[in-house]
Amino acid sequence: MTATNQKPILEVKNLQVKAGSKLLLETTKEQFNEGEFWAVVGANGAGKSTFLKAISGDNSYKGEILLHGKELKQWNAMDRARHVGVLPQSSTLSFAFKAKEVVELGLTPLSLSREQAEKEVEECMRRCDCLHLADSFYPLLSGGEQQRVNLARVLVQISQAKQTPVLLLDEALSAQDLGHQHQLLEFVTQLCKQHNILIVGVLHDLNHVLKYCDKALLIDQGKAVQKGNVADVLNAENIERCWKYKAEFASSSEGYKLII
Amino acid sequence: MRIPFNLLVAFFALSTLFFVGLSIVTGAVNISFSDAYGVITSSFSNRETTEYSLASVVLLELRLPRIALALLVGCILAQSGAVLQGLFRNPLADPGIIGVSSGAAVGAIVAIVVLPEAWKVWSIPGLAFLAGLGTTFLVYSLARSEKGTSVVILLLAGVAMSALAGAAIGFMTYFADDNNLRELSVWQMGSLAKAKSEELPLLLFVCIVLVVLFQRQTNALNALLLGESEARHMGIKVERLKRNAIILVAIGVGVAVAYSGIIGFVGLVVPHIVRMLCGPNHRFLLPLSALLGGMLLLISDLVARTILTPAELPIGLITSLVGAPFFIVLLLRERKRWY
Repeated sequence: MTATNQKPILEVKNLQVKAGSKLLLETTKEQFNEGEFWAVVGANGAGKSTFLKAISGDNSYKGEILLHGKELKQWNAMDRARHVGVLPQSSTLSFAFKAKEVVELGLTPLSLSREQAEKEVEECMRRCDCLHLADSFYPLLSGGEQQRVNLARVLVQISQAKQTPVLLLDEALSAQDLGHQHQLLEFVTQLCKQHNILIVGVLHDLNHVLKYCDKALLIDQGKAVQKGNVADVLNAENIERCWKYKAEFASSSEGYKLII
Repeated sequence: MRIPFNLLVAFFALSTLFFVGLSIVTGAVNISFSDAYGVITSSFSNRETTEYSLASVVLLELRLPRIALALLVGCILAQSGAVLQGLFRNPLADPGIIGVSSGAAVGAIVAIVVLPEAWKVWSIPGLAFLAGLGTTFLVYSLARSEKGTSVVILLLAGVAMSALAGAAIGFMTYFADDNNLRELSVWQMGSLAKAKSEELPLLLFVCIVLVVLFQRQTNALNALLLGESEARHMGIKVERLKRNAIILVAIGVGVAVAYSGIIGFVGLVVPHIVRMLCGPNHRFLLPLSALLGGMLLLISDLVARTILTPAELPIGLITSLVGAPFFIVLLLRERKRWY
């Protein structure tokens, strides 16, 4: 599924995240390449979100996180925002913005002319299938519609990246129903393959991981324990160790592994 | 439906001009438009030969400074309210909430009751401003930790500080003599009656600085509405934005309160009206709030000083009388949304 000799976009070396004196997360060396769709998996409280928060610049950390070879902390905040987009679980707004205005917030780190901006916003909304919602009030949209609008916002934000951008999915599916989950995953998978961008997501449903992702990073009790192709990482032994669940496996008609 | 920004600016500006004109000719002393025109033009062209008629004294010493004070204080309070509501992502925030008003009240009352009579011209506004700023810093540092600023703790600390300030004011009231008591009560209810032209340059300066600096942060404030981490992901330096905005609000409200006493609800009501008219985008919200804030305070002052001529009501009474029911309606709407 993945080509060889891909360019590394994100490298994580000797990462340590602490809350006070308590060690929350420790990893030795991870590398994420362009065109890959990574899932960060693990039981609740294992440290998945901590990992994602560290690479999105939300958590302070020790060690190195290199984005395109340059330490994350050394990036100018606006420049980093043009290269790293984060789609959160959900975004609530207490004020009556229209969907289009929410997408326009993605222009914050960009400096586009009015025409360019208009075009980019429209294009991203069309790609996320939410252009018809442009004039609707965001707080009145359904959860699925809000998430499409948010994705369009994040796409606008990373649309002018000079180097290959990263899209982080921070439990982005958790508030979505089955149909919207698959719709969103299909869309980002396509994005990943067509535009060769890197996607790293915290996903809870392991069958989603097996169907859509290329690689998985398994985190257990604050330590990165295994990484590699999804089908290898998500084996019976690992699932029992991390989730305390004896899994059975099946194969889908399309040939990917299923966990029952 | 939203009304275009330019149309609203034109409408607010023209209405403000109308009410400025109305304020010039309305009051205990009758002054016609032509008298007013004569006084104003002659005071501009050649000050030395200006005849000190009753009309010119009333206009130049009383009404014009008072009109300017209303416009500037209204502008500052409304801007501060709009910024705080965005900062706290809560449409119910108001400058009073973060403790500036109550802190400033303590400062002013100490100046009235304890300090010598002769110092009052400067000691009241000076101490009000300093105490307001101090209280805000205290509240803000309570709410700040390594992880960032907690809005909930900020609001609760503001409530605690207001209670503490209330106790301090009660204590001072107990020791005040009759003369001071009257001054104290007027100050607590807000009044523009003591407008002096010497005070206006500082207020104008603060107002312009606030408008210009806030206008440069409109994109960041918009991004912040989505949430702090979302704003950070969009490249906004959230902690710096919050700290700067809170300091600016404290300075603005501290100065405004020092010259006019506690005038409540302007900061709450005005941004709401503007959002209803043209949406929540700060790029339009802030300048329109500035305009409407000035105009509404001018109208309130016109009502306060004419409704019982020749006596006058404290302006804070008028704004609270209109603002408090508005606040309750907002609460009811919020309740409907959440429960």
